[in-house]
Amino acid sequence: MDQFIQQIINGISLGSIYALIALGYTMVYGIIKLINFAHCDVYMLGAYIGYYCMTFLHLGVVPSLLIAMILCTLLGVLIEKIAYKPLRNATRIAVLITAIGVSLFLEYGTMYFVSPQVRTFPPHIVKSMSAGIKLGNINLTFMQLMIVSVTVLLMVLLQLTVKRTRIGKAMRAVSLDVDAAELMGINVDTTISFTFALGSALAGAAGVLVGLYYNSINPLMGLLPGLKAFVAAVFGGIGIIPGAMIGGYFIGMVETFVAGYGYSMYRDAVVFAILILILIVKPAGLLGRNVREKV
Amino acid sequence: MKRFSLVLALVFAAIALASCGSGSDSDVIKIGVNYELSGQTATYGQSSVYGIELAIDEINEAGGINGKKIKLVKYDNESKPDLALSLTTRLMTQDKVVAVLGPATSGAFGSTIPLAMQYKIPVASGSATADGLLVDDNGNVKEYAFRICFNDSYQGKAMANFAINNLKKTKAVIIKDNSSDYGKGLAESFKQTFEEKGGTIVAEEAYVKNEVDFNAILTGIKGKDFDVIFIPGYYNEAGLIIKQARAMDIDVPILGADGFDSPELVNLAGEDALNDVYFSNHYSPLDESSVVVDFIESFKKKYNKEPDAFSALGYDLAYFVADGIKRAESLTGEAVKDALEATKDFEGVTGSFSIDENHDPVKALIIIELQNGKQVSTIRAGN
Repeated sequence: MDQFIQQIINGISLGSIYALIALGYTMVYGIIKLINFAHCDVYMLGAYIGYYCMTFLHLGVVPSLLIAMILCTLLGVLIEKIAYKPLRNATRIAVLITAIGVSLFLEYGTMYFVSPQVRTFPPHIVKSMSAGIKLGNINLTFMQLMIVSVTVLLMVLLQLTVKRTRIGKAMRAVSLDVDAAELMGINVDTTISFTFALGSALAGAAGVLVGLYYNSINPLMGLLPGLKAFVAAVFGGIGIIPGAMIGGYFIGMVETFVAGYGYSMYRDAVVFAILILILIVKPAGLLGRNVREKV
Repeated sequence: MKRFSLVLALVFAAIALASCGSGSDSDVIKIGVNYELSGQTATYGQSSVYGIELAIDEINEAGGINGKKIKLVKYDNESKPDLALSLTTRLMTQDKVVAVLGPATSGAFGSTIPLAMQYKIPVASGSATADGLLVDDNGNVKEYAFRICFNDSYQGKAMANFAINNLKKTKAVIIKDNSSDYGKGLAESFKQTFEEKGGTIVAEEAYVKNEVDFNAILTGIKGKDFDVIFIPGYYNEAGLIIKQARAMDIDVPILGADGFDSPELVNLAGEDALNDVYFSNHYSPLDESSVVVDFIESFKKKYNKEPDAFSALGYDLAYFVADGIKRAESLTGEAVKDALEATKDFEGVTGSFSIDENHDPVKALIIIELQNGKQVSTIRAGN
């Protein structure tokens, strides 16, 4: 029983990480139908910004987190302005290829400047964050609590922003129909920039939290979680915010239980098999609605 | 990116071809260096090249080989086996080297061996440990390929013997890197020897490169009855596994192989977690023989840091090849190959060795014990 509860805790904290990254994918997709592959590299840069804040500026966890979020926001907006905006009216495949290009540029550019070497956070910070509560055989660390609560908090804030604010309304309008939204006087460019800003801030936060939790960052750290988070977003229904959350937690749980009960060799196979099944039954994802193509 | 650099390499090769016939200057001996200086396994390549350059500097300062200085022709293969292949081709056909050192990893090194056979120029690696790398399907040795490190199954066997004989442990869990031949090969040979000697493998778990979360696997094995963990894999993941295992109060001894050798291991796992960890290695800085002490001193003087095993192997590799060239009857690939084959009792910082009929070195390995993140003792072990 203890083991079961511990696995649930493991699954929730892993799922939170996927969910946090998946939110960024899903938001950008929802608004401009672009799979922003550079998103997982913004996450990686967030981790590096946090690392430099803590190691060289000797800042605490919270200020580092905030700085990483702010810088990642700027970076996200910059990427959108330089790489995606000139292609607003280009084919979707052109933008997609650009996104892959930006992703590679960020990964290998970072590798050039910081070397491919794995970095670790200052030991005293890692130690203070990995302190936790022990209930019998069950371990719950401060870091796990923080990851879960930050994820849930940001998700709720995001949902409120999208549903209750003017800019949220503009986002939903743009996602429905860009031209019509523009005709109604919505500034489409500002709205898209805002979406990138929000997504990148989340990615930055995730980067710092994950870097600290596992105490290991490298320029290609975004690849694997980025892929899983993308799957999580598709799983829940890409473009739908609660879907990304559900997808993230689902994949985190499945991975944990498959690996935890002796089938670690088949873990990814099981995750992707379930994904394929879901997409056969519900092609638009768990929460997605089938939209008929207009002819 | 990959395509682009390949095209670029081809363009350069074409230019070099066009300017061919300039002839090689006869007062230097050219040795090719083809290593992973960037990309995923860059630390292995960089460390190896530090050792190689130190050795070559020393040889040149001492007057070179038979009055001729050695000139290194160095290229970066970006940790890509396909680029390693084209760079070795270039070294052999354009730069006209007498031997090629590297790459560091088994996969990339293996891909260059057919070229060595084709152009009859020896290739040698200090750290390509994969089993069967130097023999073909019929068991014949690939004449122009050499290495100066022991192979994976040798390490797996030694660690299994160590667990049973020295630590008196009989119930092992294996957590292996399933994405590399290195991890799978080690796991296989450990398992075989451990079971032959009366031990049981309680569970065999797997992960893939770049994973960071091992809590699920560790929680899963925690309920089982075992007294030792073997992690065949590299330090990136091993460091995190050790950290997460110790955080869960799994405090049995943890064993590994030369993939653990990196100063990063202690940063990843944390000093408090790195207790009762044993791994096999090629070299230990605790060794007090004069070759090792001198090596560490001059390495520190040149680079201002501690050498790791890859640097030590690179250093030995350069001396090993230079020694072969010195004894060779002429400066052709074939003569150098014959001389390398005849190497006997070569004294290196990674131990003394002779080359056997399969071009593997016959040498002892070292098992290093870590307590509180520090190397506290070493045990020399053979099989």
